[in-house]
Amino acid sequence: MSNNATILSVKDLKTYFQTEDGIVKAVDGISFELEKGETLGIVGESGSGKSVTNLSVMRLIPEPPGKIVGGEIVFDGIDVRALPIEDVRKIRGKRIAMIFQDPMTSLNPFLKISTQLMEVTRLHLGHSKEEAYEHGVKMLEMVGIPDPRSRMDGYPHELSGGMRQRIMIAMALSCDPELLIADEPTTALDVTIQAQILELIKDLRSRMGTSVILITHDLGVVAGMTDKIVVMYAGKVFEQATTRELFATPANPYTKGLLKSVPDPAHEQGKELYQIPGLPPDVAHLPPGCPFAERCDRAVELCTNEYPPFVQINADHHSLCHFAKEVYEESKIEHSASLAKTKR
Amino acid sequence: MIGFILRRLLIIIPMALLVVSLTWGLIRVAPGNFYSDERSLPPAIEENIKRKYGLDKPWYQQYFLMLGNVTCRTAPDGDTSTTGFRFGLFGTQFKCFDFGDSVKYLGKSVNEIIFTHLPYSATIGFLAYILALILGLIFGNIAALKQNSAWDYGSMTSAMLGLSVPNFVLGPILVIVFSLWLYWLPPARWGGVANIIMPVITLSAIYMAYIARLTRAGMLEVMRSDYIRTARAKGLDEKSVLLRHGIRGGIIPVVSYTGPALAGLLAGTVVVEKVFAIPGLGNIFIQSVLNRDEPLTLGIVAFLSILIMIFNLIVDIAYGFLDPRIRYE
Amino acid sequence: MQMLEDPNLIEVNYEFRKRLVGIGFLMLIGIALIALHWSSRTEYFSGIGLIVFLVLFLSLTAYAIWSVRTSRGNSLWADAWKRLLKNKLAVFGLGVVWFMVLLVAVGPTLVYWLNGFTPDYIPSGVDGGDRVRSFPPSLMHPMGTDDQGRDLLARVLQGGRISLMVGIISTVVSLIVGVSWGAIAGFLGGRIDNIMMRVVDIIYSIPYILVVIVLLSVFGGPNTNFLIGLIPVAITAGITLALLAWLGGRAYRRLKEHFAGRVRPGLLKVLMVVFALLTIAIIVEGMLLNAWMHTAFLGNIGAWIAEKFLASAGQGLSQIFLLFFALGLVSWLTMARVVRGQILSLKNQEFVLAARATGVSTFGIIFRHLVPNALGPVIIYATLTVPSVMLAEAFLSFLGLGVQAPYASWGSLASDGIKNIQIFPWQMIFPGVTMALTLFSLNFLGDGLRDALDPQTRKF
Repeated sequence: MSNNATILSVKDLKTYFQTEDGIVKAVDGISFELEKGETLGIVGESGSGKSVTNLSVMRLIPEPPGKIVGGEIVFDGIDVRALPIEDVRKIRGKRIAMIFQDPMTSLNPFLKISTQLMEVTRLHLGHSKEEAYEHGVKMLEMVGIPDPRSRMDGYPHELSGGMRQRIMIAMALSCDPELLIADEPTTALDVTIQAQILELIKDLRSRMGTSVILITHDLGVVAGMTDKIVVMYAGKVFEQATTRELFATPANPYTKGLLKSVPDPAHEQGKELYQIPGLPPDVAHLPPGCPFAERCDRAVELCTNEYPPFVQINADHHSLCHFAKEVYEESKIEHSASLAKTKR
Repeated sequence: MIGFILRRLLIIIPMALLVVSLTWGLIRVAPGNFYSDERSLPPAIEENIKRKYGLDKPWYQQYFLMLGNVTCRTAPDGDTSTTGFRFGLFGTQFKCFDFGDSVKYLGKSVNEIIFTHLPYSATIGFLAYILALILGLIFGNIAALKQNSAWDYGSMTSAMLGLSVPNFVLGPILVIVFSLWLYWLPPARWGGVANIIMPVITLSAIYMAYIARLTRAGMLEVMRSDYIRTARAKGLDEKSVLLRHGIRGGIIPVVSYTGPALAGLLAGTVVVEKVFAIPGLGNIFIQSVLNRDEPLTLGIVAFLSILIMIFNLIVDIAYGFLDPRIRYE
Repeated sequence: MQMLEDPNLIEVNYEFRKRLVGIGFLMLIGIALIALHWSSRTEYFSGIGLIVFLVLFLSLTAYAIWSVRTSRGNSLWADAWKRLLKNKLAVFGLGVVWFMVLLVAVGPTLVYWLNGFTPDYIPSGVDGGDRVRSFPPSLMHPMGTDDQGRDLLARVLQGGRISLMVGIISTVVSLIVGVSWGAIAGFLGGRIDNIMMRVVDIIYSIPYILVVIVLLSVFGGPNTNFLIGLIPVAITAGITLALLAWLGGRAYRRLKEHFAGRVRPGLLKVLMVVFALLTIAIIVEGMLLNAWMHTAFLGNIGAWIAEKFLASAGQGLSQIFLLFFALGLVSWLTMARVVRGQILSLKNQEFVLAARATGVSTFGIIFRHLVPNALGPVIIYATLTVPSVMLAEAFLSFLGLGVQAPYASWGSLASDGIKNIQIFPWQMIFPGVTMALTLFSLNFLGDGLRDALDPQTRKF
């Protein structure tokens, strides 16, 4: 935690899927780094490849049809891609744990909660049955489940969505992992429950010192949680920056669009909410130019014909756009203007 | 749970009575009689026959008489018949489950016929059931786990063959190969273990094929589900993922198929009994229907339908054990 | 003309043209059936009928392939077709089934032309009375002969007609009963649903052989009352007549609407008269076929119709027809359950509410809104019912309850062959293999359809 050692580094990751429509480049050249104790947010619309990126890190891509065709995944100095699958299993659940989007389907409906909780620690920590049970109770208590002992012998269907997600979190954290990947942990939940779950993750992260990758399509979720943000679109990184900088001075029209479409109850009441026009492109048939060109309000001919460069704005800030610098400057001006406005 | 089982057991009684009534109605609607095949009888003799079997009464009286006999009634005075089960209670003689005597197998009661011939059919049917279940599950799981491999294609093509070759064709082919060419197994008749190998294989083939296909489909569906991904993300190896997390959901379609499968097995024994000359109940049943042997038909139908309903109940209970989301109150 | 520039209207027009082609498709099938019928009439030598049939059959195939190839958009059905055509086994199944249909349709006539054998021809004299007449396969008899000396190839081809008819007609019967029952039970729900499903349970536990036997003997036995025997005749005649008249009338109106104002009035009149005549011809043919099925009950009239207009004075066919009906009536149970399940999951969706809000009747909601949406599983299950019904017919034939001599089906031929399997193995092998191959293909086709129509099983 103290020394800023890199825990996970992903370089030029490419995960492709073979489908009836041809090869889908679900993830096409993603790179990012995560330091120990840091929280990284990955933001993008559905189908942008954010889940596939993290399933690739866990080597959980169903093969066939999917395949990691290129790139490097280094977890704590270990090249995960080159690892035999038996050794990957020793990492899964113990050193990297995952929480999935839909707690309704991610827990096995046929097995008791205790069974599902106990099997992780028995496998990775070599617990006996009794130890595992007690550990499970402790974990349930930690994630704030009332009356954990009686819950242990229940089944998932007896619980509400929020409770199930707590159990997923308890399961994920029971081996004290170094990295927690939360794949849209709150999407399937009610808004009030969402806040509770996010608070819980935040709290546990600071208590256990776990690094976290938080995947979401909701910028509001990552705002208060993360140190860095990666914005993905059509399998590619569109923008990458520290959270503060990304929110203040985005250098990509897509990010700007996303930020504008976050509902903000504080001001501009009655105004129609901004919407990025159009739909995400079909990843199987991408145009030669910028994949966002069709929906971008400042696209010019260059955008549709030529693939944009990945421009470095400053040490921690990159953007995939022909006009990254210009957008950045504009954002800067807008930002200082709004700052002035709030000061007044 | 116990309340549920009791209620379901109680429902079997009216359902079985309905089945018996429907069967009785069906037999009565069909023109002709058990004696109508024989040369035209003198009217006096026909009258005698009618009186003996109660056919001279109006149909509704006959119906209620039949209902009383097949359930429970007080034994009439001076009734010396040995059909049905008798017992005394409160000083009255009761007689239950009396289907009477067969009209074709003279001097034999229906219950007696059923219980002499049932063991043959039940042995073959039960063994075929077990065989189909074991091999079907094994092949289905192999095919699902090695999807799109030679194993998968091999077992699914043979399953398809099992579904497409009628068992009255399969049986004789087995006889030719194993009895007449290789001299390994006796071709027919009841006897030792060697005698029942081919009948059991013949009978189970189609169900084995069906169960294998259901298992494969069920397993493939389950192995794609989110909770399997969770199990993999926990670091479990494929064997535990399959055995601890996959198989319960995967075999649920198989469990719900076992009820209809049993009904099919009971009917399917007819062919096997004919091909292998086994004196089972299936053949007796077909003969009874063709002979218009009404008491025997009724008895066998009642017996089989109760058996099937009980098996369906067992399937439902098993379902409840497999899937905790199902609650019986 | 200006209206046509509206893209929506162009779409409508395209849809309309497709539907017109669909009507033509039905008409062609009707004409093809008439041609086939007349080609098998009068001792198998109406060559023109056969040629007309062949031309129509091939052009129908070509049309089907064309319409699939050119189907636009990504509708569920177009997608499903594309997926189906990518499945090699399913295409193999489809090909075999297509070929079997063609073969049993033209086969008997062709065999007669080439070798001079009809399925019923029993050679006499040559070998003398008691000599064995069953010959192994040879050039003359590619599949050998049966123990009466009849050409097995001709019999297998002729039997295939009945086997395939069992499959199709029984499945249609089970479809009609099962879909209505399941849809009504599922939609009405509550107590009615409960009762209807208990009825299904009860019928499940009555051995279906009993039902088949009783149905056969009630409606088709030698002692059958004429009026009772008339019931199935009336039912099928009514259904055929209503269906054909409805389809014909609809098509007639649509065609008239479409061509009015586009062609000269005189030509329109001629076109419509031709169309009306064709429709009437198809209806008459349907009625004739219906009468043919029931010749036994129509007594002298039936015999007269059979003799005057139809290939055979087959009294036994009515029995076979009843068999179709009986098998259909015992195989609808699973279909009802499948449909009920579908309807239960569909009926609470918004489009049903919308339909009800606009005042559509319950009947209309069930059959116009719900059933079409449950069509996928129904089609899948129907394709799998065809082989199972054919197996059931074979099973009944084996028990001596199915198709009766002089008629034959693959099942009855195979079970006849079993008696002599050691001495004359070809008697069982050829019909058995033909049947197994067809069932095999139908099963593969059904599987392929399931994969194509069920998005759940899609790979990605």
